[in-house]
Order: sequence, then structure tokens, then C-alpha cells
Amino acid sequence: MIRQPDPKPEVLARQAEIVAALRAIVPPHPVSGESVIADPLRLKPYETDGLSAYRQPPLAVVLPFTTAQVAAVLRYCHANGVRVVPRGAGTSLSGGALPMADSVVLGLMRMNRILTVDFDNRLAVVEAGVTNIAITKAVEERGFFYAPDPSSQLACMIGGNVMMNSGGAHCLKYGVTANNLLGLTFVTMEGEVIRLGGGHLDAAGYDWLGLITGSEGQLGVVTEVTVRILRGPEGARAMLAAFDSVEAAGRAVDAIIGSGIIPVALEFMDRPCIHACEAFAHAGYPLDAEAMLIIEVEGSAAEQDELLARIRDICAPLHPTSMRIAESAEQSAAIWKGRKGAFGAVGRISPDYLCMDGTIPTSELPGVLARIGEMSRRYGLAVANVFHAGDGNLHPLIMFDANDPDSLRRAEAFGAEILRLCVEVGGCLTGEHGVGVEKRDLMGVQFTARELDQQRAIKSAFDPAWLLNPAKVFPLPQAAE
Amino acid sequence: MSALLLPAAEAGVAAVVAEAFATGEPLAIEGAGTKRAMLRPVQAARTLSTRALSGITLYRPKELVISARAGTPLAEVEAALAAEGQMLIAEPPSARLWGGGAPTLGGVVAANLSGPRRISGGAMRDHVLGVRFVNGQGEVLRSGGRVLKNVTGLDLCKLLAGSHGTLGVLTEITLKVLPRPETAATLVIRVADAAAGVRVLSAGLGSPYGVSGAAVVPDGPDGPVALLRIEDFRSFVAYRVERLRADLAAFGDSRIADAEETAALWAAIRDGGPLAARPDEAVWRVSVKPTEGPGVLAALGEAGLRGYLDWGGGLVWLAGCATEAAHAAVMAASASGSFTLLRAPDALRAAVPAIPEEPPPLAALSRRVKAAFDPKGVLNPGRMRAGF
Repeated sequence: MIRQPDPKPEVLARQAEIVAALRAIVPPHPVSGESVIADPLRLKPYETDGLSAYRQPPLAVVLPFTTAQVAAVLRYCHANGVRVVPRGAGTSLSGGALPMADSVVLGLMRMNRILTVDFDNRLAVVEAGVTNIAITKAVEERGFFYAPDPSSQLACMIGGNVMMNSGGAHCLKYGVTANNLLGLTFVTMEGEVIRLGGGHLDAAGYDWLGLITGSEGQLGVVTEVTVRILRGPEGARAMLAAFDSVEAAGRAVDAIIGSGIIPVALEFMDRPCIHACEAFAHAGYPLDAEAMLIIEVEGSAAEQDELLARIRDICAPLHPTSMRIAESAEQSAAIWKGRKGAFGAVGRISPDYLCMDGTIPTSELPGVLARIGEMSRRYGLAVANVFHAGDGNLHPLIMFDANDPDSLRRAEAFGAEILRLCVEVGGCLTGEHGVGVEKRDLMGVQFTARELDQQRAIKSAFDPAWLLNPAKVFPLPQAAE
Repeated sequence: MSALLLPAAEAGVAAVVAEAFATGEPLAIEGAGTKRAMLRPVQAARTLSTRALSGITLYRPKELVISARAGTPLAEVEAALAAEGQMLIAEPPSARLWGGGAPTLGGVVAANLSGPRRISGGAMRDHVLGVRFVNGQGEVLRSGGRVLKNVTGLDLCKLLAGSHGTLGVLTEITLKVLPRPETAATLVIRVADAAAGVRVLSAGLGSPYGVSGAAVVPDGPDGPVALLRIEDFRSFVAYRVERLRADLAAFGDSRIADAEETAALWAAIRDGGPLAARPDEAVWRVSVKPTEGPGVLAALGEAGLRGYLDWGGGLVWLAGCATEAAHAAVMAASASGSFTLLRAPDALRAAVPAIPEEPPPLAALSRRVKAAFDPKGVLNPGRMRAGF
């Protein structure tokens, strides 16, 4: 179990008083019911997030409806020295929403209104608890969409996407959350409401929007977001190319990018992942291949034909074991079906898995996968690799059994060794899932003590008492760096 | 003129800043100094330039990544990219507006200056993958890295981009780059006025054809025109620009500008060319919602300024007399968005806010974050705002 700071006994002792104060700020709602939860059974859903190996019930949960209520909650907690853990849908894979025993979870799921859709200015203003997919649903009638598409997009909320700077399979072309924002309303730990940006593209002055995006709840709580919406292309189509070696697939990725084509998505799966996905989704994946690419292009039907034909010709000299170009939207969906279900597919063949998230320079892929294979044998744990190949973001899924403490311990050590390797070859600890609690104590692998101190000084500028989402992102003071 | 310090290595930059930190004597920070007439004048006895820190340190075309020392001329970076059929995505402006010269990569990033492709490709800061910099205590630090996707720790790259050397001195920058489109074409549509022009741009940007530039020039030789650029593979451009022309036919007569004319048109729009600003005039950029652009232009026209629109209508370029009255009019007209005093004589720049004032809670954060990087205020004091 991850090491956490000791809860403050004086806060634990005041639970009843704190709950009463929060109830005064956010009264029960006639339809949604109570807005402050303190009953141990009803706290259960809030004790963990997408990183379910770690669990800790909070002191209480508060579910505000308005920015003013969020500000009042934070003001109260600041004045009373109470730690606060902001939470969207709780889909974080890095434990970004893991509570502490003396913390109040500030859940934003009831702030779920879409406030404005403005097609002429290509923007939407939404509250933090609106799901990622709901934004696209709100604008798709006119052919528009919100670009970042994390795998959890049916559940995850835009406020959480902003806090983690979420990516997705299509960010090779459209960028990550930070590249698709125009404005934010955020509340500091001291309860100050700050509005940033709006409908304009560039704001002179320090780039607060860029700093806060991806700050993992360390600097403030986002309550409202202005996102860019984009008109979608005429159409999109996928192809699949399978190879008898990881190296050949890697060379195909290089050759495609080198030709000047930037596919909208370029996904890589290794043999264990292909087998797991095929058993789960029956997508018709080639079981004889060592590595497989899913490549998606956009444009008119003729443009799709031309791009897919060029990619086929680029792959041909690398002797693919098979290639399949989708002839229709349905066939594209079939090709994507296995990939989109990859995490679930691995969940079916293993009781538990840890999803890692390092990024590497793409040229390092063959060497890195060979070393992950060697680690897999050494730790005695299976691993399946799925990879956003265009941008180097690797997702090794380490399979283990959470009921066996030794298996969990080995899985954590295996994961940490993979992340150290990512940094060693010129990459980073996390491409899109965030540091959270999971990678907190590895930060010293990527950053020097002074670099971490510079980041800590910024945290202190926003949250001098370090009450907001504590024990995340930065190594605990005692931990070796 | 202040004494110029030109360290040839990052350690030299760190030593200069460490000494300034020790003595508390401020430093003006610049690259090639081409944008000295931008924002506010800095009062410092010594100027630290990064222009001697030059050279591309890593370029991996197939990974879409380039790294260069901060003082590397922008032109050198662009030439290296062009040799591999690639480009800087944000299309940063040249130094033409400030009288020419060879801007450095560090200067362009520190100013976060983006060109017409901002609407489709993002801002300069969006493509900064990693930086090395020296903070106000003389410490050499890094943020980000050299991979395309990285959310490890706080994103200081974006904070430093656009901080005009007030938080740290950039020493090396790693950028995401993209393949240069095979060709480009522009649909030129005659419109009644700027408001009609922005309606055309909104329709074009709401089309599925991937518009990468959208501007309105209200006083061109043929009267007001709306311009929509398409960049891609040759066959795609031909198809898309024709489709766009057909879809937008109801908005006015149009013609198609070829690749050569397109390059010239958008270089001018990128650099403030249509303003034809005289050396004694001030130049501003105002960023608002695209549909508000024509209103800003009209209001400031009454105040004696002239201008044109880029970024779908949301970027208003303005030129006119360098007076406090004109500046006050710009500030008033851009209240819903943001403004930058891009160029003016020293007297005006020293007298007015060059960028919008922040509301009190944000101003307090600015001061605290500035102190977190530069506790003694030695880096470019007064460059962005009076006092720090």
C-alpha cells in the first residue's frame, strides 16, 4: 500500500462539526438529495478511483452545485486547515482522486450543465462535471466535435480532463486538452474565484490556462470550462497492418510520418495484446503477428482512398504479414473495436492489471519492448503492450492478482522499472494519465531536487498551506529523491 | 545603451544571473533584441543576450521533434526544417514589423508570438515540448522533455512561453514540428465589409475542409476581401478549395489564389503587412471572440486607427498615432478579450499598460509566481507590467 502522511488528529476529531458546516454551505437538494455524505457505507464509492489497488475513505464528501458553493467550501476548509481532494468522475488511473482519512472530497459531478454552445465562435462553455462525450453530443448535430478523446470519455468529466491534461487516441492530430481550451473558471484554496480567458485565442500575460491545465488539482479547483469545438472532417477510415516483428512495425511508423502523412490515429499493439483483444472483441485481428498497427486517416472518400493507398505502399516493403483496409465505416469500427476494448480485454484474462503510461522517443520502441519482455520474465508477470505509436505514449498493462500481496508488490516494482527505463531513453514518467499518487515517488527519477523545488514553489504560491490534493505529484518529504 | 553580456554557454548565463541575484542589480533579457520596441522599456544597466547560445542540438524528423539553443536564429531553424520538408507549426511572425533583423528561437518562444495558423495548429506555446532555463537565482532547470506527450509535473514550458524573460532565461527549447504541406491555395472572396467577411470566415471554419488561415482585409486594392487558406497534399487542396468556393458562393464573388500568391498573402498577414504602419506609428494586436472582431475594428476606426482581422476575425491588428488617447481606445475596445502593445515609441510604452491589468486575485498570484522564479526581481523588470 502506498505510503500516506498521517491524518491530522485534530481534524478527525472535528468530523461532526465539519460535516455540519459543509451542510450549511451546500444544503440538501430537493431532487438529488443530500449534498454532504459522511455515512461510512455511502462513502465507499469515493474511497478509490481508476487506480483501485489503493483505497482510503475520506472524512466526508461534499457535492456542490455552483461555483459560489465551491468557493465557500474551499474558504471554510482553508480557514479550518482541512485538506481537500477534488474529484470528477473518479476515472483517474494514477490515483489522482485518492482521498486521505482527514480530507474532504469535493465532487463536481452535480455541476453538469452545458451553459453555451456558440458555433460561430466555435466554442462551448460547460460546467466541470459535464462528461467528455456529452460535449461532442451537444455539438455533433452541426458536424462539430470536442477533440480530446480519452478511453474513459463516456464517464470522465471535463474538469478532470483539464486537471490531468487528458489525451486520447486522436491527439496526434488534434492535440491534448491544453490545446483545446479557451477559458476556465477556477477557485483557489483560499476561495478566490478567478476567470481566465473566454472566447479569445490568446491572452497576454502569464499563461495561467497552460499552467493550471494538467496541474492535477494542486493549484485550484476548476468549475467551468470554455472549450474549442471543431468541425469534423468529411469522413474517416481505418486500416490494419500486421508485422512479424516489433522492429518492422516501428519502421512502418517512421516511414509513414517521414512521408509527410500525419494519420489522425496511429496505434500499436503487441502479440499478447492482439490475442487478448481478439479473444474479447472478435475483431478479426491476425493472431500470427508479433505487432499490429491501427492507422486512421480523415478526409473525403477520395482523400481517404489516396492516403490509405499511400500507407499501404509504404508498409509493403516491410513485408507485413497482413493488411486490411476498411471499406466502410462499419469495417473501421470493427478494426477499432478490439483496441477500444483493450483494457477490458486484459481485465478478462487477468484478475487485475496496472496500466503504465510512460512516453518514449518512438525510435526507442523495439529496444524498450525487448527490455519490458525481459522484465516480464524476471518478475514472473505477464504484460501486454498497447501504444500510441505516433506520439510515443506507451501503455504496458501489467497483469497481477491483487489478492496476493507479493503479486501486487512485484507488479508495482515492474511498473516502476518500466518508467525508469522510459526516462533513461529520453522519455518521461507519464504521457497522459498523470503522476497522482502512483508515480509521486518516482518524480526524482525525471527531475532534479532543484527542479522539483521550483515546481513546489509554484504550488506554494497558489496553496501556501498545501491543503489541496495533498500527497500527490510531489514526493513526500521523507521519500528519497 | 546598457552594457551587453553575451555568454556563449548556458553555464555563463547561469553565472551572470547568479551574480545579479547576489547583487540585486537587474538585467534586461533578450535574444537578438529585434522586439525591443514591444511591450514596456526595461531599465537595466546591463543586458543579457542569449544570441551567442546558438545551434540545433537535436533534430529527429521522424519523431517530429527539434531542439535548439535559445539564441539560434529562427531562420536557421526554419531552414533546417525545410530541408526535411517540415515546418514550425505556429507560423511565427518575422521581425519586419520592428524594422527587421534576425529574431532568435528563444525570443519568439518567450514572446509566444503565433501567426495565421494559430486557428488550426495552435499557438507557439502549444508546441513547446521542453525547455532548459535559468531562473532568477541562477539555477539551471528543465521542464518538459523531448517527447510529444508529457504530463509529468507542472507545465513550466507554457508558463515560460509568453513570459518575456521575466520568470527565467530560456537557454534551450524543444519543439514539436510537422510536415510542411505539399501546397496551399487561398479562396479570396469580395465582401461588403468586415462584418460580412467574418460571417464568411465562420462559414469556412465551420466547413469540413480544414481551413488553416482565415483573415479579412477591409481596405485591400479590390475593396474588402475575406481570405480562406487550405494547405495539404496537392490533389486535396484542389478539391477542397473548389468545394469551399461552391459552398460559399452565396457570400460574394471569389477567385482562387495559387500557391505562390498564397505564400505572399499570408506572410504579409502574419507580419502586420496590410497595416503599412509608418515608423512613428504604434501597432497593437487585440484578441477577442471572432464575431466581436468587426465591432472592435469599427470602434477603433472612429478613434482614428486602421486595421485588419486574422484568426477567423478574433485577432485584430491595428495601427495609428502613438498617443495615450489611441491606446486608451484600444484598451476600452478589447475589454472582453486581451490586447498587446506590439510596437510604439518608448514614451508611450513607458506611460501605459502594454497588456491588460489583471484583477486583484490574479495579480496577487502573478506576484507570488514571479517571486517563486525570480525572488529579487532581477529578470527584465518592468517588461510586462510596471513594477515587476
